[in-house]
Amino acid sequence: MSIYIDKNTKVVVQGITGGTAKFHTQQMLEYGTKIVAGVTPGKGGTEVDGVPVFNTMEEAVKETGANVSVIYVPAPFAADAIMEAVDAELDMAICITEHIPVLDMVKVVRYMDGKKTRLVGPNCPGVITPEECKIGIMPGYIHTKGHVGVISRSGTLTYEAVHQLSEAGIGQTTAVGIGGDPVNGTNFIDVLKEFNEDEDTYAVVMIGEIGGTAEEEAAEWIKANMKKPVVGFIGGQTAPPGKRMGHAGAIISGGKGTADEKIKALNNAGVEVAETPSVIGETLIKVIKEKGLYEKCKTH
Amino acid sequence: MNIHEYQGKQLLRDYGVAASKGIAAFSPEEAVKAAKELGTEVFVVKAQIHAGGRGKAGGVKIAKNLDEVRAYAKELLGKTLVTHQTGPEGKEVKRLLIEEGADIKKEYYISLVVDRATDRVTLMGSEEGGMDIEEVAEATPEKIFHEVIDPVSGLTGFQARRMAFNMNIPAHLVNKAAKFMTGLYQVFVEKDASIVEINPLVVTGDDQVLALDAKFNFDDNALFRHKDIVELRDFEEEDAKEIEASKYDLSYISLDGNIGCMVNGAGLAMATMDTINYYGGSPANFLDVGGGATAEKVTEAFKIILSDEHVKGIFVNIFGGIMKCDVIAEGVITAAKEVGLEVPLVVRLEGTNVERGKALLNESGLNIIAAGSMADGAQKIVEIVG
Repeated sequence: MSIYIDKNTKVVVQGITGGTAKFHTQQMLEYGTKIVAGVTPGKGGTEVDGVPVFNTMEEAVKETGANVSVIYVPAPFAADAIMEAVDAELDMAICITEHIPVLDMVKVVRYMDGKKTRLVGPNCPGVITPEECKIGIMPGYIHTKGHVGVISRSGTLTYEAVHQLSEAGIGQTTAVGIGGDPVNGTNFIDVLKEFNEDEDTYAVVMIGEIGGTAEEEAAEWIKANMKKPVVGFIGGQTAPPGKRMGHAGAIISGGKGTADEKIKALNNAGVEVAETPSVIGETLIKVIKEKGLYEKCKTH
Repeated sequence: MNIHEYQGKQLLRDYGVAASKGIAAFSPEEAVKAAKELGTEVFVVKAQIHAGGRGKAGGVKIAKNLDEVRAYAKELLGKTLVTHQTGPEGKEVKRLLIEEGADIKKEYYISLVVDRATDRVTLMGSEEGGMDIEEVAEATPEKIFHEVIDPVSGLTGFQARRMAFNMNIPAHLVNKAAKFMTGLYQVFVEKDASIVEINPLVVTGDDQVLALDAKFNFDDNALFRHKDIVELRDFEEEDAKEIEASKYDLSYISLDGNIGCMVNGAGLAMATMDTINYYGGSPANFLDVGGGATAEKVTEAFKIILSDEHVKGIFVNIFGGIMKCDVIAEGVITAAKEVGLEVPLVVRLEGTNVERGKALLNESGLNIIAAGSMADGAQKIVEIVG
């Protein structure tokens, strides 16, 4: 088992004829992801790496039965692409695109009200269920199949954590990058709920960063509901206030959104927080050993 | 992106939002000319810098005649103002705003922000104007009111009126205040602002409701569709290295320390800073070269780091996912040779083509210290820099 995506997921790539999208389409195909369609308005009828390209999402879904989209559309047009995926009633749209205007996302989130599609991102590395389905831009080879769920606001920091886990023989069920933007589709709690219900996931790594209060809210939810151990890390412990640290959402403003507050909230919820990113893997192993889950989590 | 108060007020007027009348000035002569043109009895000479807290720092002066306007303009221009938002080094005043004095009856607070908890634009108001809103939130949170705005309907009339009543704006001025708020929302949305703060909003003796100050911050990601806003950018208010970095699409922030950092990915870059601090060092910058950095970008990034005279050592921390380590290595080597590397360099490479990357660095003849992990690299550079 896994969450969100698996070997049966049929993927449509939005903006497939762009340079980045072409490269990653190839990478995803090599990993074994079932890419059934691509969409670029005006390029319908062509092919990219053997994948048929359509003019509209509606057509792509009707012709191929795609149920998840991945979006590489440039920022000025990305919000529209997300809404097109929502309109096509996909199960999920994963938006990789960075630098989408925040007010565009406010509209998108409003548009999604009451609709079926779950949005992951934007400004995220994507979602991967190791050895089954890779959707996004993450390096596939660092992941191994297993029993630890990973959720993160940062791309490269996710790779760092996953790499440490895999090296230590701890595989992953699914790794979900929720992205570094202030207004997005999926938050920590959404993913924690899924991992909590997934019978193959025994423990969770949650990587947050400064800005907003998503980690604090997640901590409250964990305290009340989580049946599985969660280990955390918060980036930006030494970031100066008022400065946007690369991600649009990573900013301490008005004294709110500091790493200290987040770590305190997580600790209060029984979440052990790694002191440095280099020990995320070690910290998880320590915790699952304490809970008697180490042998079950060890995959090789 | 930030703009000056006088630019913000012009923007407000363009949208029919009342703001105190004033004229920008770049010299004492221009200040006097502006005051003559305003022709009022009292003038306000206001320093224009991209930071709040100017009043407390002595950047706002009341002048009763043209001589005083000239004297204050002379005093303020070239002066370095230190406020709670400028940092200890302060900011030099290069522009002034000369305004007509207003007969203030009462000061209020009003702002619009994108609220992450609701994913909506939120109108925030209080009758505690002229104070730092964080202080109000601390001392009297019950005096701050919120209206969450649906992007489909925009700020509705009833929401604006409710806010005005909650703020205890005199009943006969509630409609004027509501009109002010709807105009403010319109400019916020149409110009892709991320913060608009009017502190204070004032009610005057002659029953006007107007902005006495205006702070705008715009969403950098939306500037591509607002050429008029981009033209308002004042480069002198920004860090030169940050401007240079933005030309190459690099995310760079100057910090106080002496260890230069080059990292791919914002999260990893933040975590690298944290790790350096953890081992007792102090980073000179935050620098994210991005997921798809090329050798050229790495070279430029390196040059920017080295242009900082405080840098006593550099730590390159790369987790090459899709980004290949050999490409990074090439960039590092080219840059080091081009600019002449004189400070110690610790490199941690991990990910795609890591062996080729390491080999390139070894063969380069450069004095590069290899690190096995992020923690190892941070410890090494901290030790060397001391």
